Amino acid sequence: MTAIVNVFLKEGVLDPQGKATHHALNSLDFEGIKEVRIGKQIIVTLETQDKEKAEKEVKAMCETLLANTVIEEYTIEIA
Amino acid sequence: MNVAVLRFPGTNCEFDTQYAFEKLGHNTQLVWHEEQTLPSGIDLVVVPGGFSYGDYLRSGSIARFSPVMKAVATYASEGGKVLGICNGFQILTEAGLLPGALKRNSNLHFISKHQTLCVVSTDNAFLNQCKKGEVLSIPIAHADGNYYIDDEGLERLEANNQILLRYTDTQGNPTSINGSVSSIAGVCNESKNVFGLMPHPERALETILGSEDGLRMLKGFEA
Repeated sequence: MTAIVNVFLKEGVLDPQGKATHHALNSLDFEGIKEVRIGKQIIVTLETQDKEKAEKEVKAMCETLLANTVIEEYTIEIA
Repeated sequence: MNVAVLRFPGTNCEFDTQYAFEKLGHNTQLVWHEEQTLPSGIDLVVVPGGFSYGDYLRSGSIARFSPVMKAVATYASEGGKVLGICNGFQILTEAGLLPGALKRNSNLHFISKHQTLCVVSTDNAFLNQCKKGEVLSIPIAHADGNYYIDDEGLERLEANNQILLRYTDTQGNPTSINGSVSSIAGVCNESKNVFGLMPHPERALETILGSEDGLRMLKGFEA
């Protein structure tokens, strides 16, 4: 199974890269942008075929290493 | 004093750190990250600056799982003194030994220059040779020095005198150089035996090279 983990800075934690990209888009005349946020995607390929087990395991990986929950939040998608 | 200086793949300030403590007359030894234990009879552990594990994932996030960091956590929990400089500060926050986290600088630049700092708290084992409100000049060199802590955490830091240093202008007024919450450049833990800062005191040892303010900071550990 494959787990797609998206890690983003938490709402309310200033995202300097997102902000800079937002300004760049505005200067290129792209209008009507409310917000740009930049995160990272981590793809973990697992041996297990058990979705529940995969979810549990990847959640533990996020809490331990993949995200720093002081400043980041994450989503997990299992496919 | 016996000082253990940790070394991870990508650490690059270990020799400067050794030089600084040896200049003050102390014994130092390098400790490789794969060691399971710290040398016996040490008085201070320093986690030096650099780019451990290439700053992959997040600065300090992989180094903090090195075998030696388990020993450091035990040492700190028993009251042992630990100092993290730059990448060392990032490693200690990732390890949960210090509160908060360090994000990318708000201007997205790697900032490398002499920076003025004001001493905020001196009732600790690190800055006891400095005066409260004193302005020091210490080099900084980082891309991820933007200190973040939530409002509640900031209140706790302030109430317990855990803020060590703030970035300031030459007059001592706090300035935002990298986006840090409350201009914070360094903090300690609640029990005041674990210290972390982004500036490099080990690079401020001689007046001829710009500043010797770093010597006085590191001397604090002798008390």
